[in-house]
Amino acid sequence: MMKKLSFGLISAALTCAALPVQAETVWVTLERDNALAKVDPVAGKLLATVPIGQRPRGIAKSPDNKRLYIAVSDDDTIRIFDPESQTVVGELPSGEDPETFAVSADGSRMYVSNEDDSQVTVIDVPGQKIVKTIAVGVEPEGIAVSPDHRWLASASETTNMVHWIATDKLEIVANTLVDPRPRAMTFTADSQQLWVTSEMGGSLTIFNTEDQQPVKTLVFKIPGVTEDTIQPVGVVVDPERRFAYVALGPANHVAVIDAQTLTIKDYLLVGQRVWNLAFSPDFQKLYTTNGLSSDMSIIDVSSHKVTRSLVVGNYPWGVVSLP
Amino acid sequence: MTIRIPNYRMIGAFGVMGWLVLTTCVTVAYGQDMRLPVALLHQASSKPAGQPYWLPWPSDEASKGAELGVADNNTTGQFTGQHYQLQVFTAATDEQLLQQFAQHVAGQYSVLLLDVSANVLRTVKNQLKSKPMLVFDVRSQQNALRKANCDARILYMQPSYAMQADTLGQFLLKKSWRRWLLIQGSSSEDVLYANALKRMAKRFGMTIVAEKTWQHAPEIRRTAQAVMPGFTQTDDDYDVIVVADTENAFGDYVAYRSWSPRPVVGTHGLVPTGWHFTHESWGAVQLQNRFKDFSGRVMTPVDYAAYLAVRAVGEAATRTQTFQVKTLRDYLLSEDFALQGYKGRRLSFRPWSGQLRQPVLLATARGIVDVAPLDGFLHPATELDTLGLSVSETECNK
Repeated sequence: MMKKLSFGLISAALTCAALPVQAETVWVTLERDNALAKVDPVAGKLLATVPIGQRPRGIAKSPDNKRLYIAVSDDDTIRIFDPESQTVVGELPSGEDPETFAVSADGSRMYVSNEDDSQVTVIDVPGQKIVKTIAVGVEPEGIAVSPDHRWLASASETTNMVHWIATDKLEIVANTLVDPRPRAMTFTADSQQLWVTSEMGGSLTIFNTEDQQPVKTLVFKIPGVTEDTIQPVGVVVDPERRFAYVALGPANHVAVIDAQTLTIKDYLLVGQRVWNLAFSPDFQKLYTTNGLSSDMSIIDVSSHKVTRSLVVGNYPWGVVSLP
Repeated sequence: MTIRIPNYRMIGAFGVMGWLVLTTCVTVAYGQDMRLPVALLHQASSKPAGQPYWLPWPSDEASKGAELGVADNNTTGQFTGQHYQLQVFTAATDEQLLQQFAQHVAGQYSVLLLDVSANVLRTVKNQLKSKPMLVFDVRSQQNALRKANCDARILYMQPSYAMQADTLGQFLLKKSWRRWLLIQGSSSEDVLYANALKRMAKRFGMTIVAEKTWQHAPEIRRTAQAVMPGFTQTDDDYDVIVVADTENAFGDYVAYRSWSPRPVVGTHGLVPTGWHFTHESWGAVQLQNRFKDFSGRVMTPVDYAAYLAVRAVGEAATRTQTFQVKTLRDYLLSEDFALQGYKGRRLSFRPWSGQLRQPVLLATARGIVDVAPLDGFLHPATELDTLGLSVSETECNK
């Protein structure tokens, strides 16, 4: 009751202050500000800081771009947010301490990593209810659902495995070892590959989805940067699978990978402890969250140059862009 | 450093097995079930006289950490078919412990955790020659034990006194607190701690303005609190008071009672330690919560060391797919081994001393001030080796 009331108040306040609809907006979760940053990446302006709940981390958008989902870890829930009115319009039962989650391409299902309970929670999004919980390894973190919705991949940080879950049965059908402390994963747009970063291994492993076999492991090395600090986290691959990008954490660089030859092309210097990545809706820009320097970097995809950095708030964590 | 490539043979096996399982029977595990019993030899000790009543003195230290490690390994084990079981052997005296070792452990367990006195540790070590056994020490911090461990027969999980001192050294250098008043207690362990501090002072070019030994003897009408201002008065001024009091005899009385207002570091004040209950970065909060839910108390450095020891075995067994001691041992000491330890860097073992390479926390009573290796302290191999004994400081290669 209290929660609903406070949402109402926030929503009323924010509706009054709402700005005209932007062409493109970027939304960043601010772990220490308990808020979302709303950014105009073209003008390079922080437009608003919107309270969202305690310790917001994972963020994703609905397929129609009308809703944002935000894991507010210390409130043990995932909030549903309307970016236009800038109001919270609902909640999903995520289980305890949600950090990362994945949404199916049709928006019907959400899969949440519950780190403390060594399980994955499957949520029916329209019904706002839990469908199933699946026991996985110790400290599940990275989670990804294939665009064709056949596969759910969950990586456990301490077990050091990727668990391959068939979405029709919601059961683990294969487990593959990866380098220490797997953090983030993404399927390619054609669902044929899964890209997995390993924070303590300093590496990236690319799997063939069909047989869950590794295709290649890349180890990152940057001249002049201590290997210990190269800790890969966020990973994205463009829809044509031309280039992939990996955030290297405290190494303060983003790796550029030729996604066809699976070779490292370049390292781009960004802000401190670069954590997560998101493309702009037209895939011409790449946005990074830099946890320790309170900013995001904007990378021009065609030239692979960092064009701008923007202060967004304390401990920026996750990022999505909306057209 | 070498490229860490996952064991693809094993992945293949899992993958293929996974598909077979899907089509036949989903509940079957993915490999042949293996069981590994783990022994913990634990020395029960009574609370020392100086220990304040409010400081916890858990009797299940080490065993709770090891149990959590076993639980984590078994969670992974549901996918690998590797299962672990902990058996704790407890006794108070050295003789009883050695008897327990001879009767119940030697020849019967292939993994042993030691939470015992240095004396028991040495004796056990000497008996290991003929026995293939993986032995992890979770309590000792003495440099001498590491220096004489060239074959890494024992794997040392706690940061040595040298590593702790170097952690302080990096911090003191960063702060430019180079002039010390060194106060040491009179126990043999205090002397070892102080010796590590002196080694560090030399390495980092620090000046020990004055060195005093605290004689813990009762005097009429003179409490430790009352003595401290006069005791910390020196002819020359100092930047910092460095305390070596491993048994809590006087260290808590130094801060705020010193003649000059000076920070206190060492065993008290700002303390270098392998683990601290306030540490929450790099996913540590997950481990802290898991431990608290499991044991009902906070995780101590000994619990952490025991947890890591069991996890190290688990990690090696997952990668090598065996419980065979020699294979596990070779893998643990190889460059391929990388353990996640919630301290921001991959952990591994120094083959010349069996010492676990690890960051060291600098903690006050209620928070973490810094984590070593500090920025700017460089090493050709790994910055973690800016902490502690190098090969040339050991008895190896001599």
